[in-house]
Amino acid sequence: MSVPRFWRRLKNLYNLIGTQCKKCGEYHYPPRTICPKCRRSSLIVPYKFKGLGEVLTYTIVHSAAKDYAKHTPYILAIIRLDEGPSLTSQVICDHADIHIGMKVKSTFRKLGEESEKGMIYYGTKFVPLATPPRKD
Amino acid sequence: MNVGIVSYGAYIPRFRIKIEEISKVWGDNASSIAEGLMVFEKSVPDMDEDTITIAVEAARHAINRAGVNPERIEAIFTGSESHPYAVKPTSTVVAEAIGATPSLTAADFQFACKAGTAAIQACLGMADSGMIDLGMAIGSDVSQGAPGDALEYTAAAGGVAYIIGKDKLVAKIESTYSYTTDTPDFWRREGMPYPEHGGRFTGEPAYFKHVTSAASTLMNKMGTKPSDYNYAIFHQPNGKFPTRVAKMLGFSSEQIKPGLVVPRLGNTYSGSCMMGLAATLDIAKPGDRILMTAFGSGAGSDSFSISVTDRIEEVRNGAPSVEQLLANPIYIDYARYAKHKGKIKL
Repeated sequence: MSVPRFWRRLKNLYNLIGTQCKKCGEYHYPPRTICPKCRRSSLIVPYKFKGLGEVLTYTIVHSAAKDYAKHTPYILAIIRLDEGPSLTSQVICDHADIHIGMKVKSTFRKLGEESEKGMIYYGTKFVPLATPPRKD
Repeated sequence: MNVGIVSYGAYIPRFRIKIEEISKVWGDNASSIAEGLMVFEKSVPDMDEDTITIAVEAARHAINRAGVNPERIEAIFTGSESHPYAVKPTSTVVAEAIGATPSLTAADFQFACKAGTAAIQACLGMADSGMIDLGMAIGSDVSQGAPGDALEYTAAAGGVAYIIGKDKLVAKIESTYSYTTDTPDFWRREGMPYPEHGGRFTGEPAYFKHVTSAASTLMNKMGTKPSDYNYAIFHQPNGKFPTRVAKMLGFSSEQIKPGLVVPRLGNTYSGSCMMGLAATLDIAKPGDRILMTAFGSGAGSDSFSISVTDRIEEVRNGAPSVEQLLANPIYIDYARYAKHKGKIKL
């Protein structure tokens, strides 16, 4: 990700800021400039999502792209936010705990970095809403 | 001063490493280290956590606890000895992530373990003078200890954020006093990954001299004595130092107990004393008085006399308590700890 590209998306990544069409009430993430339902009559306003959602499906990544190699194995999930839209994000939890339907909440984490001397990218990932019981 | 704490929030990563796991690697005697330091385990950041992510989580908890409008925050100062960037502020990321931009001033502080309390003092001055409505002071660290160094047993991760202002206070800051000298007990040179320290030199001429001088001068100036305070918090590089300094100043072990989080957490550096204060506010009652004295190597101490208000009961449960953050740890071995801390270079 280039620095300007990250900077343009920064508010959306940090705070799950998407949009809502005030005409039909539908929420969008990432943000849209036009509502896919209402088209030309859409009334788009920014909307900050509550950060609560549910795991629709997930996979555990063992073989990742170079920049994420040291993070494997990690959980990548499709999360449906309570307001409706779905997004792809990492879920930070024990691999034994992840399951379809798991309630999750957003958290602020490092998404990656360009290199040791490059820019660090921050944004939203998800953690379980309820802390799983301790296992030791 | 008619100024104080409007809200507070803490954050502690879930991972812990036990002292015996570290000592096993270096051939040290675990029980003599753990009992000598009075530290039994320490927090470890996740692979994708650093001083900025911890500061943001603590700041969000502070915002949520008292339902503060982030647009009212007109200054954010983050104290840390482990800012991810040498040049590029931690505080701007925090400001953006809590929705406080763009009408505010922001800067990063460093003063070893007391950078966060120095940030509190800056916010107190600005809020009391009317320069700002609310200020946020954060102490956050993913502190570093070189492999095999004594610091590796205690250098932990965590952060605390305080919102400072004049209205709807959960605790009034009655007075503050600082004691500062040029004492080279601990340092990290530019570009170096790990700090150096003066071993036993960090004790008498550094920690004990500055903490006792700051706390006793503040009490003398205010005309207070240890028995006037329900609780006291002293910087916690380990469990031994604050326990000893409390005794030297005339405080009982009961007075420091709620804030003494270091045995289960380790030293969160800029977050250390502020975490102890958060844990104490979590259980304090209206009218309780608290003495907090931070210490930062290099060296200096900031002492605060604090009085808890009725509002503490209203906001207490708005964000996780320190005790809740300490619960349910995930214990990891040294290999995973080394990976999390970037000690393994790929």
